[in-house]
Amino acid sequence: MSTFILPVGPQHPALKEPTSFRFMVDGETVVDADLRLGYNHRGIEKGCEERTYIQDLYLLERVCGICSNVHMTVFAQGVEKLMGIEPPKRGLFIRCLMGELERVHSHLLWLGVAGHEVGFDTFFMYTWRDREIVEDILEMISGNRVNYGMQTFGGVRRDLDEMQIKKALDGIAALKARTPYYLNIGASEPTLVARIAGVGVLPKAKALELNAAGPTTRASGVDFDVRKDDPYAGFGEHIPFNIVTDEGGDVLARVVVRAKELMESYNICEYILKNLPAGDIRVKAPRKVPEGEVVSRAEAQRGECIHYIRSNGTDKPDRVKVRAPTLANWPATLYMLRGGYVADIPIVMAAIDPCLSCTDRMAIITDPKGNEKVWNWETLRQYGIDFYRKRGIKL
Amino acid sequence: MDILKIFLYLLVYPGLLFLFVYSTFVEWIDRKLYAKFQNRMGPMYTGSHGILQPIADFVKLMAKEDIVPDKADKKLFNAVPILALTSVLTAGLLLPVWHFSDAFQSATSFQGDLIVIAYLLALPSFAYFLAGWASASMYSAIGGVRVLTLLFAYEVPMFLAILSPAVMAGSWRMAEIAAYYQANPWYLLINVFAFAVAVVALQAKLERVPFDIPHAETEVVGGAFTEYSGRKLAMFRLLADIQMVVGAGMIAALFLGGFPGGLIPGFIWFVVKTLIVVFILAAMRSVTARLRIDQMVSFSWKWLAPLALLQLVIVIFLKGYLQ
Repeated sequence: MSTFILPVGPQHPALKEPTSFRFMVDGETVVDADLRLGYNHRGIEKGCEERTYIQDLYLLERVCGICSNVHMTVFAQGVEKLMGIEPPKRGLFIRCLMGELERVHSHLLWLGVAGHEVGFDTFFMYTWRDREIVEDILEMISGNRVNYGMQTFGGVRRDLDEMQIKKALDGIAALKARTPYYLNIGASEPTLVARIAGVGVLPKAKALELNAAGPTTRASGVDFDVRKDDPYAGFGEHIPFNIVTDEGGDVLARVVVRAKELMESYNICEYILKNLPAGDIRVKAPRKVPEGEVVSRAEAQRGECIHYIRSNGTDKPDRVKVRAPTLANWPATLYMLRGGYVADIPIVMAAIDPCLSCTDRMAIITDPKGNEKVWNWETLRQYGIDFYRKRGIKL
Repeated sequence: MDILKIFLYLLVYPGLLFLFVYSTFVEWIDRKLYAKFQNRMGPMYTGSHGILQPIADFVKLMAKEDIVPDKADKKLFNAVPILALTSVLTAGLLLPVWHFSDAFQSATSFQGDLIVIAYLLALPSFAYFLAGWASASMYSAIGGVRVLTLLFAYEVPMFLAILSPAVMAGSWRMAEIAAYYQANPWYLLINVFAFAVAVVALQAKLERVPFDIPHAETEVVGGAFTEYSGRKLAMFRLLADIQMVVGAGMIAALFLGGFPGGLIPGFIWFVVKTLIVVFILAAMRSVTARLRIDQMVSFSWKWLAPLALLQLVIVIFLKGYLQ
């Protein structure tokens, strides 16, 4: 069989969200990979400029279903800095707790998805069953399973009582007992290891050069973690934890890093729940934000999440820019895919834990002549109308 | 009376009706076991504990729109499911479930039926390849090529494995092989390696995890079946189930001592012994991840084929010793 193009996406069973890969395939080997983004663009950044800060908080929470709390945290942190207010310690601790619980549910979810991508559905069923424990804790604390709505300017919106702390500790103890089993399976089950060891290798130098983020880069031996390197919320001097790294650089190393990070997160959660400072959970925040600009960041489950916020003195932001970790990981993914097998495409792609709805925000279209231009709303709309008219569809 | 018996044989047991009903039952058992291994419930709503779910799935698919792609080779595309289904149904008739007598050879039990059943069970793989080729889709083409690659990996170990009990019993007729082991049950233990190889090769033949490489959904969508829908897909699904029953039946006849005792006890033996094989197959797919095609090929040539050869050597020496 000669070289041909294998399309993966915009719709494909390996993709949970639409994006488009074009693989040059020679038999079972991937010769080259190309990526097209932008199928899931929702105009959230533009939407932020037309809403008040407090409305933006909930809009940005919906950037992603898995890391909703992180986007909320990052935005709240940035705006607090602009407002010049400092949340009380108890609020900051609960903020950290939500972040870690979210990391736990996301990593358990990812372990299952990784199993599914290589056809190991039993692993998927087991990890997702245990994920219900942390989902129940999140629901107990916030009332919701996906978008928690916990963060606000000046602190968090809900407090924890003794009963909740006890239940959460019980749940975390159960998870703590289960997770070493998954680490063991992930690192020793022969067919699983055969599929993930030595696959999608990203050397340390390349990880740094291509600016990968999160567990992807930590699995290549780069010990970068915003929680440690630029501490936010309660992380600074209060909460002890270790950065997990692995020198492997392959998918196996990413499984190991995520499983070990789960253990670290359990320890953080336990520490927070046992050492929750007394006091208020939030301070009152003003409605209008003084003029200024700020970059705020936090360690999401998938890597570093950055928001840039520029205010103009009103109750609406002038500009909000979101950089989700998946965007940082795409160049590294393309590097990892080249030269691999067709069969490894899904697992290598899944190994960065991609979140496409976080990432898609393109409005630049390259026409066949190579001229780049920015399309505004009117031309885009006209293009759509013409596109369908040309195909005989009446509008 | 003999004519009636033949019609019963063709249409009721172990012919069409039995294979259809029993294969849906086996699919249900397989799904239930798989679910139990995964801490799930499995099908629950259609019939008692979802026992009718496979039949409901079949009926649903039969009722769905049947789409043939514009660019497909239409004649081949339509013919392939029927061809494949026919070959496994014919293979089902060769199972020695209700042999009229060991001495009397009929159209369904004769010297060499072992070779014919192995041949008929191999035909669906070629049909899958043709289906992938006729679909004119990238995913189907890759799936089709993978089917053939997989065939080269598991078919030789499979043949070598079923050779051992035949050599031991000194016959190419499944009814006689089964009768030989019924007379000497302890001899079944001799073939334990071949049994293991045959079960693994059957799993590969059925294209189930860890060998579901040709239609790995996260890689090539539906493989050779990507473009199939409605009735034709239902046929493929049914044929995979029947293939599992016939394959399990063949292994039970060769390695587990067949189905003695006439109609009723023979039927019970058939159900029990095929379910043992199905249990192993379900357990295997619960505890493994999907291999890559190159890993599969090297696994079968490095481990399965030598193991089957070793078994053959053991059998030849033992046979000489026992005589």
